Amino acid sequence: MNPLPPIFKDWFDRRGWDVHPHQQAMLDQATDRALMLIAPTGGGKTLGGFLPSLIELADGAHAGLHTLYVSPLKALAADIKRNLRTPVDDMGLPIRIEDRTGDTSYTQKRRQRADPPQILLTTPESLALLLSYEDAPRIFNGLQRIIVDEIHALAESKRGDQLMLALSRLQTLAPNLRRVGLSATVEDPQAIANQLACHPDPCTIINADPGPDPDIAMLLTAEKPPWSGGGAKYAIPAVLEQVKQHNTTLIFHNTRAQAEIFFHNLWLANTDDLPIGIHHGSLSREQREKVEAAMVAGQLRAIVCTGSLDLGIDWGNVDLVIQVGAPKNVKRLVQRIGRANHRYNAPSKALLVPANRFEVVECVAALEAAKAHELDGDPKGPGPRDVLCQHILITACAGPFDESVLYAEIKTVGAYQGLSRAAFDDCLDFCATGGYALRAYDKWKRLLQTPDGMWQLRDPRASQRIRMNIGTIQDTDTLKVRLKGNFKPLGEVEEAFAATLTQGDTFLIGGQVVRYENLKEMTVEVSRRADKAPKIATFMGTKFANSTQLSQRILRMFAQPDWPTLPAHTSEWLNLQRKFSKLPEANRILVESFPHDGRHHICVYGFAGRNAMQTLGMLLTQRMEEKGLHPLGFVATDYATLIWGLDPVNDPAPLFEATNIRADFETWLSGNAVMKKTFRGAATIAGLIERNLPQARKSGRQATFSSDILYETLTKYDPDHLMLRITREEALRGLVDFGRIEEMLSRTAGRIDHVVLNRVTPLSLPMFLERGRIGVAGAGQDRILEEEAARLMQAAGVQSL
Amino acid sequence: MNGYYFSFCGTNCVAMPSGALYLPDNSLLCVSDLHLGKSERIARRSGRMLPPYEVQQTLQKLDDDLTMTTPESVVCLGDSFDDLDAAAQLGDDMRLWLAGMQAGRNWVWIEGNHDPGPIELGGTHRREMRIGSLTLRHIATDASAEVSGHYHPKHRLAGRSRPAFLYDKDRMIMPAYGAYTGGLASNAPVLRALFGTSPIAVMTGHKAIPVPTGNG
Repeated sequence: MNPLPPIFKDWFDRRGWDVHPHQQAMLDQATDRALMLIAPTGGGKTLGGFLPSLIELADGAHAGLHTLYVSPLKALAADIKRNLRTPVDDMGLPIRIEDRTGDTSYTQKRRQRADPPQILLTTPESLALLLSYEDAPRIFNGLQRIIVDEIHALAESKRGDQLMLALSRLQTLAPNLRRVGLSATVEDPQAIANQLACHPDPCTIINADPGPDPDIAMLLTAEKPPWSGGGAKYAIPAVLEQVKQHNTTLIFHNTRAQAEIFFHNLWLANTDDLPIGIHHGSLSREQREKVEAAMVAGQLRAIVCTGSLDLGIDWGNVDLVIQVGAPKNVKRLVQRIGRANHRYNAPSKALLVPANRFEVVECVAALEAAKAHELDGDPKGPGPRDVLCQHILITACAGPFDESVLYAEIKTVGAYQGLSRAAFDDCLDFCATGGYALRAYDKWKRLLQTPDGMWQLRDPRASQRIRMNIGTIQDTDTLKVRLKGNFKPLGEVEEAFAATLTQGDTFLIGGQVVRYENLKEMTVEVSRRADKAPKIATFMGTKFANSTQLSQRILRMFAQPDWPTLPAHTSEWLNLQRKFSKLPEANRILVESFPHDGRHHICVYGFAGRNAMQTLGMLLTQRMEEKGLHPLGFVATDYATLIWGLDPVNDPAPLFEATNIRADFETWLSGNAVMKKTFRGAATIAGLIERNLPQARKSGRQATFSSDILYETLTKYDPDHLMLRITREEALRGLVDFGRIEEMLSRTAGRIDHVVLNRVTPLSLPMFLERGRIGVAGAGQDRILEEEAARLMQAAGVQSL
Repeated sequence: MNGYYFSFCGTNCVAMPSGALYLPDNSLLCVSDLHLGKSERIARRSGRMLPPYEVQQTLQKLDDDLTMTTPESVVCLGDSFDDLDAAAQLGDDMRLWLAGMQAGRNWVWIEGNHDPGPIELGGTHRREMRIGSLTLRHIATDASAEVSGHYHPKHRLAGRSRPAFLYDKDRMIMPAYGAYTGGLASNAPVLRALFGTSPIAVMTGHKAIPVPTGNG
């Protein structure tokens, strides 16, 4: 055991603290090359990560950078700086601590490069930028430790992949570098540990005492949840009652639009004028910071929020977490709840509020999974190649490199350990020449090979543009919203949402109903309205798909003979379904056919998650269209797809023929909007297209033409191009989620139960009230445009001039 | 043909879905802002290497339009090349293709701000030209009965933005024809200032669709 040095021991004693066992373990293992600490919030995780650094630096002998701390959020870096100052100042340690993020001033950044502090706090993007400078070797050569905070959050995204690639570079510059990861509870710690360590090094995992199990329950209400919808308006009185009984309550929602609507309704019912705030990613930064400050100061009794509040800010006084809507993912729920009630060793408290009848089932399934400590998550695929392309360009910015050395370095990154030399060469070729099969740029390559075999930028000035595009965060094009004649923005909406607005439309933002007036210099101008019901705010509706594990749990529940854990209204509903039709089973696909409202309907229960069920809807309607069954539209949820059309489906089995589905998928995929969106993301990260600069958008002139044109050109002339291969692989996992359709097909292996009825079934009923119906575009977009244009021409009284 | 037939300053016109303007009575096809060689120029200047198939794609579109309309005259309304270097760098296969399209036709290159000098390719070179009552030039002036390009107008309707012709009783501004061309929103101040009254936009795509812009 490594005892604390006296000066540290005294400091702990003065505060009346004991070293937690996991902090001691971190000290004991401090010389390990890779070390990961899994601890709940409030367990002194950060101090555990920094203690070895502080001790090593206490004698003032180390010159230059010793420890690099990387967190996903700028705000977190600033917080940590403040928190670390306390022990360092109290003990009078000779340690300089600075942060470096997008907000750091230019002069400060320059000075940091010339004279780095002992501890530097930064983000993955700022670190990548530092590594692109020619003086990176000098800055980092004495580096001893890197601490990656919230590694579980980073590991899920491309930001984590970029960070780990940066670590491989750092390891070359500083061979003695030791890696430390700090993580919340996750389902597969070994997977994250493998990403952290320098492959094939082992990684020591230290588990802190997770504390007592959280106290989670479903919120019981006098009123029954509705059949469908996501508003949970019925639960408002019960939620307000809970808010009154607690100090600070966080009320989480799955989407920003739902949060806005709930907040609006909450205020209409808030007759006691309890201070309640709202926080989500579409609000302006000023507004979010105001709410965060009020929350930290304990001035708010409740905050209606989305995942934007998950990281970064101090949850000090929060003693209740309410999740509105089914959590869709047990791990996220458990991590969230774990942050409430900051006192270590006191159970955190949470309530789930199902928004509709089906979500009652989902919530109960999630509760049982949480109690059984069964976390979910999909295994991560291999390291994405668009991020690798960016890494190669960043490396080239710093100076000439040898391809074999770089390849060996990249193979030490866990996520890229399986990268073949051919795949690496593809990426290098893309960076150097564009990687086109049929035509080449003879004179204007981006990277050139010098006679000694080293790669370098053809034009060193290109490094500036590459640096400006560093990062993997996809910013959607958003427009600021402000009150007419007022300078301060209320928040932001997606450009695509703004484009659908016409004068007089009302929507919710920041809890108020506003009326769209006009678009002025890329700002949406609105006026205040006293209306109670707005046109629904559909901006940024990130809909999470139910995790595979949760779907399976629901199917297992359906197999039970009865449901003692479900409220009576819900178990009666399931019993009715069992009586009139049947309940879906895990290894079969249930298809119900029935007429309704003069149309033939089929409801397909596939339980593959919303994205996959949506894709299935597109594929099935395409096939029905070919068979002349005249499908008119469909709607998808996490568990089913409902399709309506002019003709009955008498034999659904051929629709689910796996080879047909795969073949249809290929044709459908290439023209799909999701593909274009995915392509845009990958091509931006890989450096093929540049980020939209704000100045260019302001002028109304597009800096570049739409990336859709590039997508279409490539599809037509170079269908096997690297960017298209990357796009395809990603879309399959992401929004298209064909992987889960494959999973459904193999799970059910052609076992299809077709139930023909003369009326709507109990389980399909909520589908009829679901939003997000998609019309089958037989004649396509032009038809819609044409009708709208004709109407406008007529209204304007012009046929031509 | 999914074109939009209309009369402009006494001349019969067809706005084609591709973004070309066809004058049937004059047997003339006019295209503007081809920006050939744009990917080459971007690679030269920024190091980014876009799919180098843009010349091919633009010429294919032009070839298709020529096959459909078989005009005696073709007018390229300026900015046909992204710059003079790009014109010089045009591959031999593309030059041959272009020459094939020019054969037997009266081909006019109107000069644009990107390609002011003469180009070593077939066809004649002009600053502007007159066809019946119309004047064809690259950048709009305040003269009437004028057809020009330069601004790459786009129009947005039902959430979709497409390259578009803009016209009122005095002038017409053509959309950019080249594959890799951005656009300027039809309600941008510079475009609003050019039109006295609210112009009509003819949106391109699978079909040419006219719609009032409502820009006063």
